[in-house]
Amino acid sequence: MQTSNFFLALIVFLSLYMLGSSSLKGAIKAFSLQGMCLGCLPLTLSGGDLKIHILAIASGIFILKGLLIPRVLNYALREVKIREEMEPLIGYNASLLVGAGLVGVSFILSHRLPGSPAIRDSFLLPASLSTAMMGILLMIGRLKAVTQVVGYLVFENGIYLFGLAFSYQTPWIIEMGILLDVFVAVFIMGIVIHHIARTFDSINTKNLTQLKDL
Amino acid sequence: MIYFFIIGIPCLLGLIALMISQDHWRPWLLPFGCALNLSAVISCWKTPPAFLNGWLGLDELSLIVITLVAVIFLISSIYCLEYLRLRRDRHNRLFTACLFFTLAALNLVSMSRHMGLLWIGMEMTTLATAPLIYFNRNEKSLEATWKYLMMSSLGIGFALLGTFFLSASTLSLPFKGNALSLDTLLAQGPALSAQWLKGAFILLLVGYGTKMGLSPLHFWKPDAYGESPGVVGAILSGAVISAPFLGILRAFQICSCAGLGDFCRELWLLMGLLSMGTAAVFIIRQRDFKRMLAYSSVEHMGILALGAGLGPLGLWAALLHLINNGLTKGLLFLSAGNIHRAFGGKTMEHAKGALKRAPISAALFLLGFFAIAGIPPFSPFISEFSILRAALGSNHLLIALSFIGLLSLIFIGMANTVLAVVYGVPPDGQHSSLPEKAERFPFMLAAPIIFLVLIIFLGLWIPHWLSRSLLHAAQILNGEKA
Repeated sequence: MQTSNFFLALIVFLSLYMLGSSSLKGAIKAFSLQGMCLGCLPLTLSGGDLKIHILAIASGIFILKGLLIPRVLNYALREVKIREEMEPLIGYNASLLVGAGLVGVSFILSHRLPGSPAIRDSFLLPASLSTAMMGILLMIGRLKAVTQVVGYLVFENGIYLFGLAFSYQTPWIIEMGILLDVFVAVFIMGIVIHHIARTFDSINTKNLTQLKDL
Repeated sequence: MIYFFIIGIPCLLGLIALMISQDHWRPWLLPFGCALNLSAVISCWKTPPAFLNGWLGLDELSLIVITLVAVIFLISSIYCLEYLRLRRDRHNRLFTACLFFTLAALNLVSMSRHMGLLWIGMEMTTLATAPLIYFNRNEKSLEATWKYLMMSSLGIGFALLGTFFLSASTLSLPFKGNALSLDTLLAQGPALSAQWLKGAFILLLVGYGTKMGLSPLHFWKPDAYGESPGVVGAILSGAVISAPFLGILRAFQICSCAGLGDFCRELWLLMGLLSMGTAAVFIIRQRDFKRMLAYSSVEHMGILALGAGLGPLGLWAALLHLINNGLTKGLLFLSAGNIHRAFGGKTMEHAKGALKRAPISAALFLLGFFAIAGIPPFSPFISEFSILRAALGSNHLLIALSFIGLLSLIFIGMANTVLAVVYGVPPDGQHSSLPEKAERFPFMLAAPIIFLVLIIFLGLWIPHWLSRSLLHAAQILNGEKA
C-alpha cells in the first residue's frame, strides 16, 4: 500500500507539473514518467500475488504509455519550430491553482461515492478523479495540438486509475484492448498533428477556426 | 463460426485493400465485400447463432442494427465505385481500407454482449472514420478531422468511466466474475447498486451521446459532415451513429432491469428536446446545405432519444426511426454530394437552381427533404407519427406539443435552404460546361434511388418479420423477459 501511494502521489504531482509547464517536450517527458508509474501500479496493488496476466498488463502499460506513445508524440513534432506554449487559453498560475483545487474536490467527491470502505479510503479514487479532471483542463486550456493530446492522455490515465480499483472484475483481454485502442488513437492524432504542422507551419489550434456557422 | 466471419471478413478485405497497389481496381472490393457481409447477416436472421460465452451474441436489437449497417454500406459502396473513379486526384487505398475497418468495428459493436468489448469497438469506429473525413486533404477537412478526433475521444473517455461505473455497481454483490458482461448485469437486476448505475447511465449517455451527436456535444458534427465527401456523410449519419445509440440502449436495458427505467427516461427526454431545440436554432438561415443536413442529423438524434424516453411504443418507434433516418440520410447525403459536384460549391451562393443543372439529383434531394420532414408516404412519417402517439399516450402533452412545434420550425428552416438550392436560377460562370457532365454516372444516381425505393417501401408496408423483431427489441429494452 505504501509503494502504491507513492506512485499515486507521483502521478498527481506530474499532472500538476504539466499544468504549470510551458515546454512541449517537458510535458511529453512528464507524461512518459506518468505512464511508467501507471505501469508499476498493477504490480504494487496486487500485493505480491503476481499472476502472468498482471505482469502482461503492467509491462504493456509501461512500454506503450511510458515509451512508445511519447515517441509518437515527439515524432509528430519533428517539423515544428516553436515548441513552447506561448499564449495558453488559461494561464499557468491559474491552471495550477485550479488544479490544486481539483485535487481537493476529488478527495471530497471520492468520499461521497458509494462503495466498500476499502476502496473509498484508498488514495486510488481521489488520484484518479483529480488526474482525469486535470487532463480535461489541459485539453481545453491549451492551444497547441500536442498539449491537447497530452491532456487527453492524462484524462485517460485518470480513468484507467479508476478502472484499477475494480480491475479484478475486468478481464485482461479487455484491458489490453483498451490500451491498444488508446495507442492507435495517439498514432492517428500524431499523424493529424503532423499534417497540421505541414499545412499551417504551426501546431497552434487557433489556425483551426475556419469552420463555423454564419 | 459466423461471428468471426462477420468481423473477420471486413478486416481481411481492409488488409487486402491496403496491399493492392492499383487505385483503379481497388474500389471493386467494396461492393463485393459489402454484399458478402450482408449475405452473412441475412443468414443470421434465418438461424440465429448461439451466444458466445457472454462475449458475442445476436439478439433482435443487434440484428436490426447490424442489418441496417450492412444495407447502408452495400448501397454506399455502389456509389463509391464511381465516386472513387471520378476522384482520381486522391489515392483511395486508405479510404477503401478504412471503410472496411469501420464496417468491422460496427459489426463488433452490434454483436458484443460485453460492455468493455462494446467500448473497444466504439473507439475503433471513431479511429477508422477519422481518415474518411480527411479524404479531401485540405485545411477545412483537417480542422474537421481534428475536432472530430478530440471531441469523440473526450466523449469516449467519459463512456469508459461510465463502463467502470457499471462494474462498480456489482461491488456489493458476492460474486467475483465477468462483471461487465451484459447477461450477468441483466441477471443481477435490482441487486445492483442503484447509485452507481445512475452515474453509469449519465456518463454513458454523455459519452456515447457525444459520438452520436446529441446536443450540447454535437459541435463536431456540422464540420465533419460538411467537409467530408457525401458518401462518408451517408455512412456516418446512417450507419456509424447507430453504434453509440445501441451502446446507450444497452445501458438503458441494464437500468430498466434494475428498476431505474423512469430515471433514464427523464434523461432521454431532456437530451432529446435539447438536441431538437439546438438543431432548430442552427438550421434556420443555414446557407450551407451539407451543414444543414448535419443539423438535421442532430435533430433526428434528438428524435431517437425522445422516442427512447417514451415507454414501449416510443422505443418501438425510435428503433424504426433509426432505420428510416439512416436510409433517408443516405438518400440526402448522396444526392447532396452530386449537387455539390455539379456546382463546385455547397452554399446557397454557389448552388442555386440545381433542378436545371442536375435535374435527377435535385429531384432526389427534394424528395429526401420531404421524407426527412415526415411527410407521407415516406417511412420517417410512420416513426415520427408513432413517437407523437407515444407522447400523447403516456400523458406527455407538453412534450408532444414541443415535438410538433420543433418539427415544424425545422421544416420551415430546411425548406428555406432546400428550395433555394433546388429551384432558382443557376449562377453563370466557370462551371457552365458541367450540366451535361453532372449526371453522366449511372451508379451515383442508382445508389440514392435505391435508398428512395426503400423508404417508400417501408412507408407503405413494414414486413411482418421486421415489425415483430422491433417489438421484441423494444420489449427486451424495457426490461421484460423476451
